[in-house]
Amino acid sequence: MALLMALVVTLITVISAALFWARIWWFPPDISTHGYAIDRQIVLTLAVTGIIFILAQLGLAYFVWRNRDRGDGRKANYSHGNDKLEATWTIAAGVLFIGLNLMGYRIWANMHFTGAEPGAAQIEVWGQQFAWYFRYPGPDGKFGPTHVEKINDAIGNFLGLDRDKDEASKDDIVTPTLAIPVNRPVQLTLRSKDVTHSFWVRELRMKQDLVPGMEIPIHFTATQPGRYEIACVELCGMGHYRMRAFLEVLSDEDYAAWLGRMAAAQ
Amino acid sequence: MNKENARWFWIVVVVLMMVGCGAPEPEVSEQPEAPAEQAATPIDQSTVGSIGGKISFEGTKPKLARIMMDQDPVCVEKHSGPVYAEDGMVNDDGTLPNAFVYVKTGAEKYNFPTPTGSVELDQDGCLYKPHVLGIMAGQTLQILTKDPTSHNIHPMPKDNREWNLSQPPGGAAIEQKFSRPEIMIPVKCNQHPWMRAYIGVTRHPFFAVTGKDGTFTLKGLPPGEYTIEAWTATFGTQEQKVTVGPSEAKTADFSFKSS
Repeated sequence: MALLMALVVTLITVISAALFWARIWWFPPDISTHGYAIDRQIVLTLAVTGIIFILAQLGLAYFVWRNRDRGDGRKANYSHGNDKLEATWTIAAGVLFIGLNLMGYRIWANMHFTGAEPGAAQIEVWGQQFAWYFRYPGPDGKFGPTHVEKINDAIGNFLGLDRDKDEASKDDIVTPTLAIPVNRPVQLTLRSKDVTHSFWVRELRMKQDLVPGMEIPIHFTATQPGRYEIACVELCGMGHYRMRAFLEVLSDEDYAAWLGRMAAAQ
Repeated sequence: MNKENARWFWIVVVVLMMVGCGAPEPEVSEQPEAPAEQAATPIDQSTVGSIGGKISFEGTKPKLARIMMDQDPVCVEKHSGPVYAEDGMVNDDGTLPNAFVYVKTGAEKYNFPTPTGSVELDQDGCLYKPHVLGIMAGQTLQILTKDPTSHNIHPMPKDNREWNLSQPPGGAAIEQKFSRPEIMIPVKCNQHPWMRAYIGVTRHPFFAVTGKDGTFTLKGLPPGEYTIEAWTATFGTQEQKVTVGPSEAKTADFSFKSS
């Protein structure tokens, strides 16, 4: 029985480790310039915790087998443990945990606490229950003011622009898709119309909450043209599961053409 | 624990669970049921008249916003060309579609039976069809969907009960009623923010919605003085007083301007 138990524990350990080793369910490809640091950090965390996991599980299997009932009537001997050993591995685990956290924090801070490169494309991201809208400033480079009383989804004025009165709003482009140029820095300003949402594109390795009343900037550079899903990852109400949009990473020419088409459709 | 203690223990546990989980509360109706239907007032059909007219628009046609449905590709696939917002739409001949014209006052002294037939509100191409509709209080509103995507029908009334129901693709028709008259109840879809319908609920059958020719007719009106109102989503409302004599067909035209 002990042998069977030890074998099961070993088998679970080997299969779990093999799934990670063979990268059967791995991350989607990284399409950003900053994503390698996040991926490296996750792989490092997985490697460290994986080694500890394997050693602990194999140790468990060994002791289950070694201390099996040998049929000689010996009673189990309970130990109250070894204080020195306890202290050692608790401190070691703490150091490891805090160390990995600090390393991850540095990567996060480099993404969020540094400004976007000059000339980054400026785009606003708006979350609302349960849709995304994106605003481009147009040729004047300025976003017009928004007026709550002007918001009327039925006539497509999702952000409450007053294009007749506000000069800066006249050329603003509001779209349901986020298109960005490839290999060019982009700064998104995240805003919410109602509750907290969260912007996430798996391939961008970028996740950030949208908080009502705040304008939260994030910046990145995408390196692979393609179409990717934008999902809301903060439970925001009944329709949360369907709150999604698409990110289109386009070549410079395609991006310019797309912006032109969207401007004409306003 | 003896038997007596055990019994008290379980009573306390059950009471605590009911308090903690929220004991079933007596259902509080936000809206009293419509009063028991009164007998229909007999109306002499040989003397009824009608009011007809046209809703026209003066001035420059407003530019309609283009509705982009890219969040939900199945909505886009159902349209071969661009889709424009229906609020603010003006017909080619200068008349207004989607105006809701109804008897505002003058019909209070009559009681009308609630129609047994239902009124349909369809969802097709991620748009409500029709955009504006009328229904009598207590009459069944049947909501259908032809779209291969989920919708979320959410009327936002002031005087009626608010509800919000999901309808999956191929889902069964949803049947609901509004028990009080209300002009107008906006309906939105929480999944597709551009979707909007307007429902006018009346306690009589004297209402009409203008179509591509901007005309309306209110039929079967007993002789009397009426105030009729034309409601539009974008250009406001207007009313007129009209006196209908026995078997008379009166005309009441309305003209709206860009607000």
